[in-house]
Amino acid sequence: MKRLDKFPKFKSSDNYTKSKRTLIPEVLREGEVKFFTNISDVFDYYNVKSEMTLSFHHHLRNGDYVLNLVCQEILSRDIKNLNFAPSSIFPNNEILSKLIENKNVTNIRTNYMSGSVSKTIQNGSLDGLLLMDTHGGRARAIEAGEIEIDIAFLATPQVDKYGNGYGGAGKNACGTLGYAISDLMYAKKVVLVTDNLVELIENPDFDQKYVDAVLVVDSIGNKEGIISGTTKITRDPIGLLIARKTAQIIDKLGLVKDGFSIQTGAGGTSLAVASYLKDIMKERKVTGSFASGGITSYFVDLLNEGYFNNLYDVQCFDLDAVKSYHENPKHLAMSASKYANPYDDPIVNRLDVVILGATEVDLDFNVNVTTDSFGNIIGGSGGHADTAYGAKVTIIVANLLRSRISLVKERVLTITTPGEDVDIIVTERGVAVNPKRQDIIKKLKNSNVNLMTINELYDLAIKIAGKPEALKLKDKKIIGAVIYRDGSLIDYLYSK
Amino acid sequence: MRRSLLFIPSNNPGMLESSSLFGSDSVIFDLEDSVSVSEKDNSRNLLVSFLNSKEKLNLEVVVRINASDTPFYHFDLEAVVSDKIDTIMLPKASVETLHKLDKDLSKIEKEKKLANKIKVIPIIELASSLIEASKIAAMLRVNGLLLGAEDLSSDLEVVRTEEGLEILYARMVVVTAAKANKIDAIDTPFTNVFDNDKLKKDCKFVRGIGMNAKACIHPNQIEVVNEVFSPTEAEINWATKVLIAKEEAEKKNQGVFSLDGKMVDKPVILRAEKIILKAKKYKLL
Amino acid sequence: MRVGIAGTLESNDCIITVIESDKLIIEVKSVVYDFFGKHIENLIKNILEELKIKNIKVICEDKGALDYTIKARLITAIKRLEAKK
Repeated sequence: MKRLDKFPKFKSSDNYTKSKRTLIPEVLREGEVKFFTNISDVFDYYNVKSEMTLSFHHHLRNGDYVLNLVCQEILSRDIKNLNFAPSSIFPNNEILSKLIENKNVTNIRTNYMSGSVSKTIQNGSLDGLLLMDTHGGRARAIEAGEIEIDIAFLATPQVDKYGNGYGGAGKNACGTLGYAISDLMYAKKVVLVTDNLVELIENPDFDQKYVDAVLVVDSIGNKEGIISGTTKITRDPIGLLIARKTAQIIDKLGLVKDGFSIQTGAGGTSLAVASYLKDIMKERKVTGSFASGGITSYFVDLLNEGYFNNLYDVQCFDLDAVKSYHENPKHLAMSASKYANPYDDPIVNRLDVVILGATEVDLDFNVNVTTDSFGNIIGGSGGHADTAYGAKVTIIVANLLRSRISLVKERVLTITTPGEDVDIIVTERGVAVNPKRQDIIKKLKNSNVNLMTINELYDLAIKIAGKPEALKLKDKKIIGAVIYRDGSLIDYLYSK
Repeated sequence: MRRSLLFIPSNNPGMLESSSLFGSDSVIFDLEDSVSVSEKDNSRNLLVSFLNSKEKLNLEVVVRINASDTPFYHFDLEAVVSDKIDTIMLPKASVETLHKLDKDLSKIEKEKKLANKIKVIPIIELASSLIEASKIAAMLRVNGLLLGAEDLSSDLEVVRTEEGLEILYARMVVVTAAKANKIDAIDTPFTNVFDNDKLKKDCKFVRGIGMNAKACIHPNQIEVVNEVFSPTEAEINWATKVLIAKEEAEKKNQGVFSLDGKMVDKPVILRAEKIILKAKKYKLL
Repeated sequence: MRVGIAGTLESNDCIITVIESDKLIIEVKSVVYDFFGKHIENLIKNILEELKIKNIKVICEDKGALDYTIKARLITAIKRLEAKK
């Protein structure tokens, strides 16, 4: 893994346009596909050893067994100094904490982290660095050779005897496999891990030409674990209030018209926006062109009821989405690269509006979704910085005050998404528009939207809750960095 | 001229803090049924502390105190009556209890040198109060009647239903008494907080028989209630036309005139004026 | 030992426990201690001074309550303690 000083510093969100796309050659299989029934045999055959980089996708989310299986094997062999590049880490991957403490894994590069692993890393147990990419940035980094993957262990719900893989069927079907495609194409060795071997897959997600081996196990995971708390519409009246206001704003901006496109984050308030937009679309008889991102049943319903022509799906957030992906030809898969890689003419660039969450926002409209207000790593960009850049209008929905802590700070603790890409902040107490968007301010000025400047929101929170003491981060040690989608370093990550 | 009034349990700091954000015309801080007996002191102190910490909220502030036959009534009044509130809501209201409340309020207003007279919304939730409804509606401080169907139905020994046939008479009595005295007729809350379609149906029905407002027990009900009890776009357009025609008629010294083939006389003009007044108040113009 | 308690552990609330004591002791445990811990301690101290209470033990378990909530819960806890005497 690179040392941090080797990363260029972040300049601007469109700085990538000054450089050309870098592509390493795709890695195709030589010879026949090998079949294994034992992880230990896989390790022996590919001689898994120190300094290797192993990668994983997170499509089974909190129900994934594959990363854990590989971790178990590493522990039993006590291989040291491995690099891990999982696209995300969830609470059920807590075994990874052991590997970190035991120095089996010394560097981690991922897009999102929740659960005990982040605590382990932030108390200084990781010997190397934690690097956090965006979804689009990870795809770019892999295709450019910046993340060199020795072995990709890809959980695959269904695999055929030729080595083709598919995510929409099998006892642990997870839907699209978008985050795995770059790993599939560019990793030196690709091992599909499956619990469902079939004769022939006609329309694979994973083309067998990239696949070196197939490991057949009893279970690749628990598909019930795909559903997590954040993928249901909020019931909180404040969240619903914010969502309703947001839908009205989107309407007032004239965005709700035939052919429009939208993406919402996975948070409960963001999803509620979609539900209110549906009512507006119904009244106006509007048909959108597409909705994209992580797909939930709400968007599946919108597709089925004819509100959108297509869904572009990079990951399925619930089992209804999985089913729809399998059955509905209008429900399309997209790879992380096609979704958000700046160099791949990504879907995010076609978005009219994106609704996202935030733990913190500052006076320059920078957004933090990586750490909480105390500096604990609680997430990561995921597609946040990607969609914020691409969408014509980027809207952040969040409570101004959560348990006395203000959303708006003078400066965010961690910059995930730069302020230049953030347009509107909608809270229960008022709406702030980035001064860069005079076009939006003009449209909203004479409406009943409670427009305030970001400074006014900041002051209002202090008026209600009092002015907080500055956070004292004693012995702040750099443990890693937030890497922007173009490969530049946009902020540091610290120990707690 | 209210449309929606949101009940907020006073012992819940989170709900107090967000009470004015949901777009209701009034907020009813409740010290009565949503607060357990052992917490009456706590909720009262919290409500007072909350109100004192802020400027007067920019919507009507109503406080539902405990009924006058409870040991809490006096403490509630002493504590909450101030320039930070507009209205007291009195449970189990009767002519007798309202007379007492009027006297008690006058005393406190004088002691605390309040700038404004506190208004009263009596809750009609006893059969006996229903009989006294027109007398109650005529009392000085009273500027609205709230129908309390849950308690009333136990007093009447009937079972509450969604259709509400068992409270139809009560609804009409409240409407008549209120309108005869030119005050608000406020309907009982719709207790199913998850079905806004049914809520809309209920609101449309009671509006049709003369209710002009409804109490809400969940913020998600407010949008529907406000919508149903607001003048529609068509009504506002009609009223605007009438008032323009009236002005033109006045210029020509005509007292009575016709619009779209219909005669427009005083009652019609008053109706149009009321619609425009409401439209302005609710920022619909 | 007589004790007065008021409040809940719901978000935006706090539990205040007051106990008879021959000294002034204020203990604050808060989910936002880093940001408002000292402020809450001072707030409680000031309210006690206003009420002219010199010797008492106050324990505050806070879940992000605003000042007016802490004040109200403290006053209620004290009154409840006094009612037991």
